[in-house]
Amino acid sequence: MFAELNSILNTFPDKFSQEEFIIISERRCDASFLIHHFLSFYLRARCKVCFLGLVQSFSHYNAVSQRLGVNLVQAKEKGQLVFLEGLQESLSHLVPQEGQAGSEALNFLGDPTKGLQDLFQFVRSSCSGPSGALGCTDRSGGPEEWGPPVLLVDDLGVLLSLGVSVGTVLDFSHYCRATVCSRLQGNVVMLLHCDEEEDDGDDEGAEQLLKGLTHQCSLTLHVQGLPTGYCRDIHGQMEVCWRRQQADEQHTLNKLFQYKVHDKGASFFARGTSSAFL
Amino acid sequence: MAAPVSGVGNPGVRSSSLNSTSFQKKTRSKLLSIPGTRPSVQNGQLLVSTGVTSLDFLLGGGLAVGAVLLIEEDYYDSYSRMILKYFLAEGVVCQHELFVASAQDSPNDILQELPSPIMDDVAIPKPVEQPRLSSEPQDSLDTMKIAWRYQNLPKVQSTLTSSSRFGHYYDVSKTMEAEIRQAAKCHCFNLPDHPQQTTPSYSPTLESYSALLKSLQEVIQKEGFAVTASSGKSRNILRIGLHSLGSSLWGDDLCCCDNPKHTHALTTFLYGLRALLRSSLAVAVVTVPSHLIQNRALMGRIAKLSDTAIALESFKGSERETNPLYKDYHDVLLSRQAGGYSAATP
Repeated sequence: MFAELNSILNTFPDKFSQEEFIIISERRCDASFLIHHFLSFYLRARCKVCFLGLVQSFSHYNAVSQRLGVNLVQAKEKGQLVFLEGLQESLSHLVPQEGQAGSEALNFLGDPTKGLQDLFQFVRSSCSGPSGALGCTDRSGGPEEWGPPVLLVDDLGVLLSLGVSVGTVLDFSHYCRATVCSRLQGNVVMLLHCDEEEDDGDDEGAEQLLKGLTHQCSLTLHVQGLPTGYCRDIHGQMEVCWRRQQADEQHTLNKLFQYKVHDKGASFFARGTSSAFL
Repeated sequence: MAAPVSGVGNPGVRSSSLNSTSFQKKTRSKLLSIPGTRPSVQNGQLLVSTGVTSLDFLLGGGLAVGAVLLIEEDYYDSYSRMILKYFLAEGVVCQHELFVASAQDSPNDILQELPSPIMDDVAIPKPVEQPRLSSEPQDSLDTMKIAWRYQNLPKVQSTLTSSSRFGHYYDVSKTMEAEIRQAAKCHCFNLPDHPQQTTPSYSPTLESYSALLKSLQEVIQKEGFAVTASSGKSRNILRIGLHSLGSSLWGDDLCCCDNPKHTHALTTFLYGLRALLRSSLAVAVVTVPSHLIQNRALMGRIAKLSDTAIALESFKGSERETNPLYKDYHDVLLSRQAGGYSAATP
């Protein structure tokens, strides 16, 4: 959880807006630090989190989250976190072995044209399931109650790489938004990696997906590497775009920051005001 | 009167092997200590040398165990092949196991061409440079008077114990001698040896890639490279070299068509490869002829599915070897380094 980002987005673990659909798009850089931020943020806010971690292994996310002060193993045991480890579950689909059936959520690996219904069922059952594990109790003796459900997806581009079409991914995100945001009053955060395409002949792809998602979302964080190349002190820039005006606050629709990722967090600053130069 | 205490440093009894001291470096029990690897300075992740020390430096100390390095080939596949050979040669010298897959040349051909390591600590009996001037018997010259504890140690390391070093230098003009190469265990996957069977069910990736994944998984499980394998026997690293993936010889049409039918075969394979590697003590170097792939977005996705990607562009006119690394993002397991996309080296 990055304190600076919290103040930029005006969200805090004890007071954050619900029914938000947040899109993180990354271009020429690695914005996974934002996924780690949101993961630790919502776990601290005592929400029920369903995390589709398709890119890295569970131990990677756990190691990074520990540096941010959150223990994923404990959260999983308590029932607060439902984690789908894409890499591990995919092996049983990609290298089929007798007697071993993989998680049904990744059934689309066997036939990408069939769609992501199974994955959506997994999300729906994780988010709307009983809000506490049966085994653990809070101080008053009842099962622990978690807050509104949150869905985190890292990363949608992997679904495209595995053969799922753009339309299917858009449908999936729409279903997730309808279920988690509207019906369950939770939040959804999705990460999408796009590369710049040199010519526009290729309509299918991450660009089209990004346009479709940006239309549906309430907050977009566009993260880009610096156009001038690598810099040791500035890792990139981030543009924050709100699509809905908050009722009680007046703020500008777009804000642009540059950021640097540290071992335990990230610092954001206005363009040109990096501590390396001042 | 106190009883006489026996000398602390009793030189008489020296147990176990005579070719090393009894000093044992205290290692943290969590980290595996495998020859040829070292923990990263930044996060303790086990690193393996690629064989090219300057490339190790660029990668932040070495290639992380469980990571995939993607090399986009240059036009004639000369330098990318060279890096692949360095990687495999480093594995031989560090006594790792090798897995080589190729559709084009026989993997054995690649193994024959490994560069010869420059060993400066090989046991070559030192010739007597000057004739002995005095007629003293040899013993008294050789007996050490001050450092007598080390009297019994050999003067030169006589075994190929290069495991203590990380990164070696190679002489490309010579090929590795057969006995050094045969000391390492190599698994070969030659695509023509695996006949294509048409499966009735839809396969997520091409037959050739599926067969390769299956073969890799078998090797990892049988030879005990999985991280969860019982730690009874000593652990070792499996170095995987995959040559020219995506080329037409693998049955993929990525490189020949503008709109290939199997757009996601290679990406699905790379995802499966990453899944296999994350759960085993293995490192992979994959070379892809990217200059043949017309679809840049697809190339971007292929690079994103690897942990580190470098591209090689050699200058054919001038005969200098140059490799501007223009696409290099670094997403090492267990670290959060945001990668650089740059012409300068990060």
